[in-house]
Amino acid sequence: MSATLQETKILTARWEMPGADRLEGYLASGGYEAFKAALAMAPDDIIETVKAANLRGRGGAGFPAGLKWSFIPKDRRPSYLVCNFDEGEPGTFKDRELVERDPHQLIEGMAIAAYAIGSHEMYIFCRGEFGYAARVLERAIGEAMERGILGKDIFGTGFDLDCILIRGAGAYICGEETALLEAIEGRRGQPRLRPPFPATHGLFNLPTVVNNVETFAYVPHIITKGADWFRSLGTEKAPGTKIFSVSGDVVRPGNYEVPFGTPARDLIEGFAGGMKDGKALKAFTPGGASSTPFFGPEELDVSMDWESVQAAGSLLGTGAIIVFNEDRCMVRAAHRFTAFYAHESCGKCTPCREGTYWLEQTLRRVEDGRAREEDLKTLLDVANSIPGRSFCALGDFSAAPVQSVAQRWQADFRKHIGSGGGCPIES
Amino acid sequence: MSTVTLTIDGREVTVPVGTLVIRAAEQLGIYIPRFCDHPLLEPAGACRQCIVDVEGQRKPLTSCTTVCTEGMVVKTQMTSDVAAEAQKSVLELLLINHPLDCPMCDKGGECPLQDQALEFGPGGSRFVDEKRRFTKPVAISPLVKLDRERCVLCARCTRFSQQIADDPFIELFERGALEQVAIYEDEPYQSEFSGNVVQICPVGALTSTEFRFQARPFDMTTTVSTCNRCASGCSTLVQERRGQIVRVLSGNDPTGQDEWICDKGRFGYLYAQVPERVTEPLVRKGDEFVAVSWAEAIASVAEAIRGARDERKRLAVLGGGLLTDEDAYGLSRFARVVLGTNDIDYRLSGTTTADDAALGQIAAGAPTAGFADIDTADTIVIVGVDLREVAPIVALRVRKRMFAGGVRVIEVGPRASRLVVSGAEWVPSKSGAEATSVDGITANGTTVVLAGDRLLGDGSFAHVWNLAVERGWSFGWVPRKANARGATVAGCLPGMLPGGRASDDAQSRAEIQRVWNAVPPTEVGRDGADILRHADELGVLMLVGSDPAADAPGALDAKAAIDAAEFVVAFDLFLTESTSRADVILPVAAIYERTGTLTSWEGRRSKVRAAVRATGPVQEDWSIFAQLAMELGHAGFPRDRAGLRAEMELLERATDERRVVETEPTDVTPTELVWCTYPSLIGEGAMMRGADALLETARSPMIEMHPDDAARAGVTDGTSIRVSSAHGKVQGIASISRRVAPGVVFAPAQHAALQGNVLAAASGVTTVRIEREDS
Repeated sequence: MSATLQETKILTARWEMPGADRLEGYLASGGYEAFKAALAMAPDDIIETVKAANLRGRGGAGFPAGLKWSFIPKDRRPSYLVCNFDEGEPGTFKDRELVERDPHQLIEGMAIAAYAIGSHEMYIFCRGEFGYAARVLERAIGEAMERGILGKDIFGTGFDLDCILIRGAGAYICGEETALLEAIEGRRGQPRLRPPFPATHGLFNLPTVVNNVETFAYVPHIITKGADWFRSLGTEKAPGTKIFSVSGDVVRPGNYEVPFGTPARDLIEGFAGGMKDGKALKAFTPGGASSTPFFGPEELDVSMDWESVQAAGSLLGTGAIIVFNEDRCMVRAAHRFTAFYAHESCGKCTPCREGTYWLEQTLRRVEDGRAREEDLKTLLDVANSIPGRSFCALGDFSAAPVQSVAQRWQADFRKHIGSGGGCPIES
Repeated sequence: MSTVTLTIDGREVTVPVGTLVIRAAEQLGIYIPRFCDHPLLEPAGACRQCIVDVEGQRKPLTSCTTVCTEGMVVKTQMTSDVAAEAQKSVLELLLINHPLDCPMCDKGGECPLQDQALEFGPGGSRFVDEKRRFTKPVAISPLVKLDRERCVLCARCTRFSQQIADDPFIELFERGALEQVAIYEDEPYQSEFSGNVVQICPVGALTSTEFRFQARPFDMTTTVSTCNRCASGCSTLVQERRGQIVRVLSGNDPTGQDEWICDKGRFGYLYAQVPERVTEPLVRKGDEFVAVSWAEAIASVAEAIRGARDERKRLAVLGGGLLTDEDAYGLSRFARVVLGTNDIDYRLSGTTTADDAALGQIAAGAPTAGFADIDTADTIVIVGVDLREVAPIVALRVRKRMFAGGVRVIEVGPRASRLVVSGAEWVPSKSGAEATSVDGITANGTTVVLAGDRLLGDGSFAHVWNLAVERGWSFGWVPRKANARGATVAGCLPGMLPGGRASDDAQSRAEIQRVWNAVPPTEVGRDGADILRHADELGVLMLVGSDPAADAPGALDAKAAIDAAEFVVAFDLFLTESTSRADVILPVAAIYERTGTLTSWEGRRSKVRAAVRATGPVQEDWSIFAQLAMELGHAGFPRDRAGLRAEMELLERATDERRVVETEPTDVTPTELVWCTYPSLIGEGAMMRGADALLETARSPMIEMHPDDAARAGVTDGTSIRVSSAHGKVQGIASISRRVAPGVVFAPAQHAALQGNVLAAASGVTTVRIEREDS
């Protein structure tokens, strides 16, 4: 592997810069210039620029952000801007670091977006467990308010913008945007019926844009450097860079910012320093727990962008690469992931609520060494009965770990039949 | 109305825009299995049972959330393997954690889960692991028990609580497989509609404490009847087993109650079968009541009537507001012809000529408002009535409009009802000034005013009636007594003969005489207050389902009044404070043992059908009237219900005209504190006997007052206080609340612990003083 592997640090450029998490440090490195520039632009021109850049949502689905913003109706109803900082996908820890190390970059990106859609109130929904990140954000919002970067008549332009930090109560489902909106409104985090979509009936039943932290963080850079610069990075369909969270059995787990299209091998074997203790790679997730199916060594050269990962049969998701070495039991992994989904299922719909419960119960028994031959078929049947029938995407994704094991690591499963007490692979 | 045409299972159907696929399928007679779907609740899409295959969609859709579009091609489980397989698998999933305790579950036999599992589900389960376990059952309220293991989390109950009743009753808690229905820890349980969640629960998760383990659905016989607990006019299904009522369910009327009834109508049936019910005629012998034959009882009452008439003493009747139409008509005719008196009133308070003139127009068939007007009005004005407490199902209909939006609801009165908590505007107004407070309301568009009995007695009712006539508002009278309107039409009022005919009008009297073949008395009648005030002049006082000792305003000292009358005959089911002072008690049938009709607040007549037979020789009132009439030589008095009904219908009238009535200006705005009292829906009373669980849901009575008044009097929340008027005093715990208008002190009426009516004047405004108990 090449010794010249270099990250492309755009979003993460200030991470090593001392004091970048404070307003002074941020301003010293050119912060809020993009916001000033944006305030001089027509809102529609900002949306056009973001559209031209083809900035796609980093939350998982890759929906073009500019297009989403343009859905906000041009009537006189108030609208809201919401940042989804409920980063809960297993293996994903990029937004947390983005916020903890460079909170103003997010606020600036959101402020520009708010101006673009004509919103005067923006919300950041922070995952409940992120105590430090919440404190950093609170301080940053306070700094911006004090300096007149947020608040009334910003920079004398007459534009008003308030920013409200909401802390979650520890529910993965709140990463689903409509459940997130319910939670902000003070109700149980459960997804809403769609349509109507948030663009017309979102927060408090008013037009709302919801984007991920990483998506907003890119906005100032696009305003400053332009759409063409942005499109020069990454692939044609997936321009820009992406922060990949690499974790598991690697030497240097961490966040790495690289252009879309970088092969998984570069991330695992290059940036993350390869497999720990010289073990062989058995499997990895291309996009957190919610990617179907998991990849094996054969997919190490798949380019990490939405289209390539999908062509290889999985999903890019949040770009969380969890690496498993040859000693790992994939049944155990599937059980852990499934237990996560069973715990996090909001309970609203039958397939997800009961299906994940069933899968978890069965996998626990299999992992205990009390597997039966017919369990594999039942597991697969149950897993297949959730996607496409559940209320929201949580259910759709919850089947992925079981489907992966059933399709690709059946041998691991079979070792559990009649093995007696405990897991025969990882004892 | 614009429509769309779609194809379901190869058959075309045209439905209004916005129709859900599941509803469109129903129109074709295609049943798609469902649990969370309920036509009266907002779609949830939670159970996923109703999945269908829609052409061009990448995945199957839930038919309960999918709106029909033009040209849509839908395949249900009947024609699509995708749909059938999906439905089968959802059912298998729903059953993995279900206890399958059908043989001991109350729902067994009428359970949608049982029925649909049989029809659409897999024959067996592949689930061999551990089921989710919960402690069971847990009490959600004194009336409702929850078995969480049986729950399929369809959220019908929680949606009912939020969308229909709008009360803090139940919510979903926890998540995943542990998601469960539960009650709030920090908000008091408060629902007068809790029984509905039991009825709409698609499994046996919610059961009623009264019905648990009482009967199997297939062991009961069901009688469709009408509830007489308020004037809403709800259809009920009365279910009996072995001669005992075991359950009352809500009927279904999309033009009125929808599928809802209140807890009083549902759980209040037990009074009919408590052991202390009077089931034989009782005659006072000395200090004791002795059971006698009907022949003896009739003879002794007839003798008293004959004696009083011979001695030219006055005879009077109190009651009639709870009777069926036929009985009320029989009573009105009996009073005029057999007793020879116009002293008849179903009310226990004073009245004014003006108010009765307005009621007379209603009795004569002038147009009044109904549910349909609530459904279509742009503005709804509510005055003189706490709709939630007086006619809860009418309140739900108003709330239904509020939930849908596009209506302005304005309540006027001394105490804000729960509709105000739900978002209605409130014009706080002191008692006595309610009617004039309506003057200043500028209502837009079609307006309906719903007026209650609090306005009767000082001309306020007439004032609002006149406003409605002048402004072209439709006028709805929401009385407190279930059949007050029927009794009004029947003429159970002093100045009014059947059909709203004035008793002092020659033409009217002639019309009556033609039908009765007898001359109605000419003397002007006394109202309820005057009958009690001058009870010492009475040779005979007839109490017909009336309990003045408990219900009359304190000013009238009803107990002394009953004692003062020479002879008192009570038609009743119980020994009460009033009937225990009578000379003869004639046991009458409960509503569940009667046949006839009731007239609702709308003027709609609904059938009452006997569901059970009384255990003793009780009679319906009309039958007793007929026997007494015969005994007293009135051969022309109808001898059966049909005869009474035929006469009653002959005397009914209808008119398109509403006239302004003459009224005195009623600007009564005393500067002192004024008293406001009315009964709560769930409160004590003879007809609540036996309904212990229901009574447990009653709110504990408090003396409510506005913070400003409380501050002036040095009273804080929870202070023990005394309230006194010229007529009496009560003591209780103060509750400081902005739901009470400034200058008003409120307490519920007719509650043993706090009898608000003790303080009340016979009519109009009562001024009161408050003092701390420790002062």
